[in-house]
Amino acid sequence: MTWTPDQPIVSIHNVRKAFGSLEVLKGISMDIMKGEVICIIGPSGSGKSTLIRCINALNDIQGGSISVEGQEVHDENLDKLELRKKVGMVFQQYNLFPHKTALENVMMAPVKVLKQDKAEVEQRARALLKKVRLEGKENSYPGELSGGQQQRVAIARSLAMSPDVMLFDEVTAALDPETVKEVLVTIKDLAADGMTCILVTHEMGFAREVADHIYFTDKGVIVEHGPPSTFFDNAQDPRTKEFLSQIL
Amino acid sequence: MTRHIPGLTARAATDLPVLLAAPRPQHTPRTLNFSYWLASIPPWAPFLLFIVLSLWPYYAFAQTNGDARPSALEALWRWIPFLITRGFLFTVLISVLTMIVGTILGVFLGLGQISPNRIIRGASYWITQIFRNSPWLVLLFIVMLSFPFQIELFGYRIPIPDWTKAVFGLSLPVMANISEIVRGAIGSVPSAQWEAAESLAFTRRQTLYQIILPQCIKRMIPPWMNWYAILTMATPIVSILGVEEVLNLTRQAIEAENNRPELLVPFYGFVLLIFFAYCYPIARLTVWLERKYALKL
Repeated sequence: MTWTPDQPIVSIHNVRKAFGSLEVLKGISMDIMKGEVICIIGPSGSGKSTLIRCINALNDIQGGSISVEGQEVHDENLDKLELRKKVGMVFQQYNLFPHKTALENVMMAPVKVLKQDKAEVEQRARALLKKVRLEGKENSYPGELSGGQQQRVAIARSLAMSPDVMLFDEVTAALDPETVKEVLVTIKDLAADGMTCILVTHEMGFAREVADHIYFTDKGVIVEHGPPSTFFDNAQDPRTKEFLSQIL
Repeated sequence: MTRHIPGLTARAATDLPVLLAAPRPQHTPRTLNFSYWLASIPPWAPFLLFIVLSLWPYYAFAQTNGDARPSALEALWRWIPFLITRGFLFTVLISVLTMIVGTILGVFLGLGQISPNRIIRGASYWITQIFRNSPWLVLLFIVMLSFPFQIELFGYRIPIPDWTKAVFGLSLPVMANISEIVRGAIGSVPSAQWEAAESLAFTRRQTLYQIILPQCIKRMIPPWMNWYAILTMATPIVSILGVEEVLNLTRQAIEAENNRPELLVPFYGFVLLIFFAYCYPIARLTVWLERKYALKL
């Protein structure tokens, strides 16, 4: 079966995941279309991060299925490297390579993994750094950059692989309040360009503004989901209401 | 009964656990004990010690109660060029070769310790532990006595001199300790770096060689140099097996000087001094590098 763009680009079906006896995901399903921006919100420990780590196979799953562009992610025979070329990921702690400059961080994967031409990659990397508003920081090392700047380098680094889907795992949670905005603006630009984005976030205002669809998870299940307008203004489930009342 | 208010009507005290700074020796990370100790010696101390030791002949001289002889220092002065050029340079050669062999083997063994293959990982772990925790002299004896003194290759007889066997024997414990340095350094890189590389489609091998090792190679240098200093200090044990390094030649020199008892302390004291003169700068450099790298990253 070949995947066509009118089918979900990421399809998650009844996914179960346990760490030992601790069940973190208890049957989660969602379909994400190309170009959609999805926000997953919920109290900490509800399995949000685990879920998106399962999408690019950083975590394995115990049941159900996840497919990206029609390809089953947790198939034993799957070439994980092929999957990860399609799915980019940005982490809470940025995880830049500290021994490389910003530019080198962005260039490394396309040059070493995709074996692309270095000069051409450099041109693209500079354009990407410009896009995340880091012009002039090409030769800075991660240690010389602020958290927000590092996180934007990390976003550029993922984009350099030209992924079809981007995963954002609480990317602003470790940032100072004043630098949160610059990262969110970057993600908003991406979404506006039509990138498929799956975000785990605590930034409700941002989720409301940028998301096409919001999923609220609690204790390993999806409690409620819907477009931001209905979700935020007209939540049905008491758990959602309670969560939103605490946050907003 | 009056109730006292701590801090106002009574001494301020608390039931909460308060952590007092534990008194601890300064700057002594366990891994670099040897270099830290050596580097902490003031550079003039051994020379002072040597001068004191040089007075030994006068004490011995008084005991032998004998006639006029050339002084012990004069004899030592005559032998110094020989002891350094023939003896100590050979010691240095042995230590350098041992370090090269030990490092090459140790790096492979250390990478083996983090292999995804269980058998390789287990074997590397046990080899490391066994050689790290065995007496050096026993390893040396096993290698010296079990290796042939010559091999025949295509009809040619190739002799294997004792000192090359000594190099191999000494390189075994060095190998095991380098293996631990490599494993420890790789382990000190946060696992998030592996994950970041993994999510960028790097293979395990690419991640290791292009992302993890470049980050921790600097961290390996001070402990590696520490082991070089320890090894150099340990090389005289090969003299037991007849390798003609500095300690052996010193003994021979004393014999050539008719085994005069007053020569013992100045001669061996001098050997101590050249070891110090060689290892001391290495230890200082090690400590300096350790502190320098500790600031970065």
